[in-house]
Amino acid sequence: MDPIIEVKNLCIDYKTNRGMIRACDNVSIDFYRGDIVGIIGESGSGKTTLASGILGTIHAPGRISNGEILYYPKSGEPIDLLKLSDSEYAKHRWTDITTVFQAAQNVLNPSLKIKDHFIETAMAHKTEKAMTKKQILERAAELLSQVRLEERVLNSYPHQLSGGMKQRAIIALSLLLEPDIIILDEPTTALDVITQWYIIDILRKIHERTGITMIFMTHDVSIIGSVVNRMGVMYCGQLVEYGRIEDVFSSPSHPYTLGLLNAVPSLKDDIENRRAIKGYPPNLLGLPAGCRFGPRCYMACEGGCKPEEVNSISLIDAGNEQLTLCPCWKKVKEQCR
Amino acid sequence: MPVLEEGERAMSLIELKNVSVGFASRGKKKDVVNALVDMNLSIDEGEIIAVVGESGCGKTTLGKVITDIYQPSSGEVLYNGKNVHKLSKKEYQEYRLGVQMVHQDSYAALNPNKTIAQSLVLPLLRHKLAKNTEEALKILFEYFNEVGLNPPEMFLEKYPHQLSGGQRQRILLARALSVRPKLIVADEPVSMVDVSLRISLLNLMAKMNQKYKISFLYITHDLGTARYIASHGRIVVMYLGKMIESNNIQQAISKPMHPYFQALIAAVPEADPSYRDEYAKKLPLRSLDLPDLLNLPSGCKFHPRCPYYNEVCVGKEPELRELGGGIVACHFAEEIRKKLEERS
Repeated sequence: MDPIIEVKNLCIDYKTNRGMIRACDNVSIDFYRGDIVGIIGESGSGKTTLASGILGTIHAPGRISNGEILYYPKSGEPIDLLKLSDSEYAKHRWTDITTVFQAAQNVLNPSLKIKDHFIETAMAHKTEKAMTKKQILERAAELLSQVRLEERVLNSYPHQLSGGMKQRAIIALSLLLEPDIIILDEPTTALDVITQWYIIDILRKIHERTGITMIFMTHDVSIIGSVVNRMGVMYCGQLVEYGRIEDVFSSPSHPYTLGLLNAVPSLKDDIENRRAIKGYPPNLLGLPAGCRFGPRCYMACEGGCKPEEVNSISLIDAGNEQLTLCPCWKKVKEQCR
Repeated sequence: MPVLEEGERAMSLIELKNVSVGFASRGKKKDVVNALVDMNLSIDEGEIIAVVGESGCGKTTLGKVITDIYQPSSGEVLYNGKNVHKLSKKEYQEYRLGVQMVHQDSYAALNPNKTIAQSLVLPLLRHKLAKNTEEALKILFEYFNEVGLNPPEMFLEKYPHQLSGGQRQRILLARALSVRPKLIVADEPVSMVDVSLRISLLNLMAKMNQKYKISFLYITHDLGTARYIASHGRIVVMYLGKMIESNNIQQAISKPMHPYFQALIAAVPEADPSYRDEYAKKLPLRSLDLPDLLNLPSGCKFHPRCPYYNEVCVGKEPELRELGGGIVACHFAEEIRKKLEERS
């Protein structure tokens, strides 16, 4: 498999009044060309920070303190995105790496028509073959039809569109410059199930047609299950598990993943089997010693491991392309059987 | 039209009789948007009812009309058999205490300038459930332990922003419980809470339901959590301000009768990737968008989106009728069910 982005030992810090917060702690993750990856985590687990890191949009008080992000273009040498200056990075943003932001309903400028958003975006990210206004609008209309919106939407203001329509317009906007990778940060949160189904359906069709690499950041396990090929799990700024979706679901190798999968109510399973993870996620300013999940981990409670002594900072290979942060992964896997 | 009258039964705790709520539209035309149309619903003591539907279907309006935040433009809300607007002052106060609400946004529901203790002691003093602050704090300690906020003193002295979403939601629940209500209207109480904590909040509500016989009206758009909390209760499906289906929840989800509810269930993604192929390739809907609220379709309000519609649906609006142990508002519910069973 061709890598498209390799994140290596990425650390992102935020300076606060009460100390440094490491929102992204030594995260290493490889994304492959044409793959659909889902990163799941609760609020504050660092998924948006990771996305901002890849997009080069970390601003003060945030700071990337360590690591490298290698981007492999379709042709040519890999580029370390973190070594680029702002203006150099701007050449890749939106033309190669693009995003659909969280709370997408609010990212459109209320005083601009949808078509102006397309024109502005194309002008701001000028590529070698600069498009004329007419070409931009033609391409915009084509993209809108791909997300099943009529061309008249181009002449609408954001407030004239429903939440689902805005979300679709933004997806079209993100595809304007034919990017390689699209990062979707909570693309369906705050949408109804029917609209959510529609957006997912559109994204799957786009992937089938263009083979674009997609990275979903979400807290919704059910979205991950129905779309992605590969999933990562984040907890307290760390990537705790990464692997193929079937493997992670059938035999998770980190107790947090196991707990999370057991905590999601669905329409099919037995209600009696659902269980919450005890306790709350820790404050990033006062992390527990050793394993961050330790205080909530069932295994640590049962005396299966001593979380204070666990000091794993890089992922361990649990076989079958599944990576985990938990040294007791064999025991966790046995639990699932 | 009677709704779910199963023989003789004691008076319902809350009963809605033909309640409609309209809001004036602020557009150029003077128009009224009906958020709730002719709603009939009774909530018994100790019952859990889940209300589901798309945004804009009137489920929050239903919650707010039950708590008397919105007043019905026609019809009446009965509390223990009496119209809430004809109660004496004392009875009205009892009703307001008896029916509590837990909101979706726990951050907005607590005063940011007050500590949790300051916010929560006040209602107890105001309603004379406690003689003084000390006694009020004692009561709060009890309920904080109950909702799993241990130790209570650690939370009472904090400001809302110092707590996590899950903790604030527990505080809202403790606040509602502290005045010993009969019914809690919970409007999307877990949608802003982290996934790993949702189940524990739902369990907590189920526990309170069993321990204190508190009824819950659980408003949500998430069918998974609705099925979880109301596993022994009823579900009410709403569409454009109307109840279109209601039944025992297990029965309703395994055998949905109304085509809208069928589409709603088909659209729910399943977490387990082994179900991926079952995830609807196509939704049984003709259109994905809600019709214009100011220009509603004739006949059945669902017909522009319904894959099974015919002239009858365009001409005549279906009324709720009994079917399969529940009620449904669809002319052709039996035929549609038969078709679905033949197909599968």
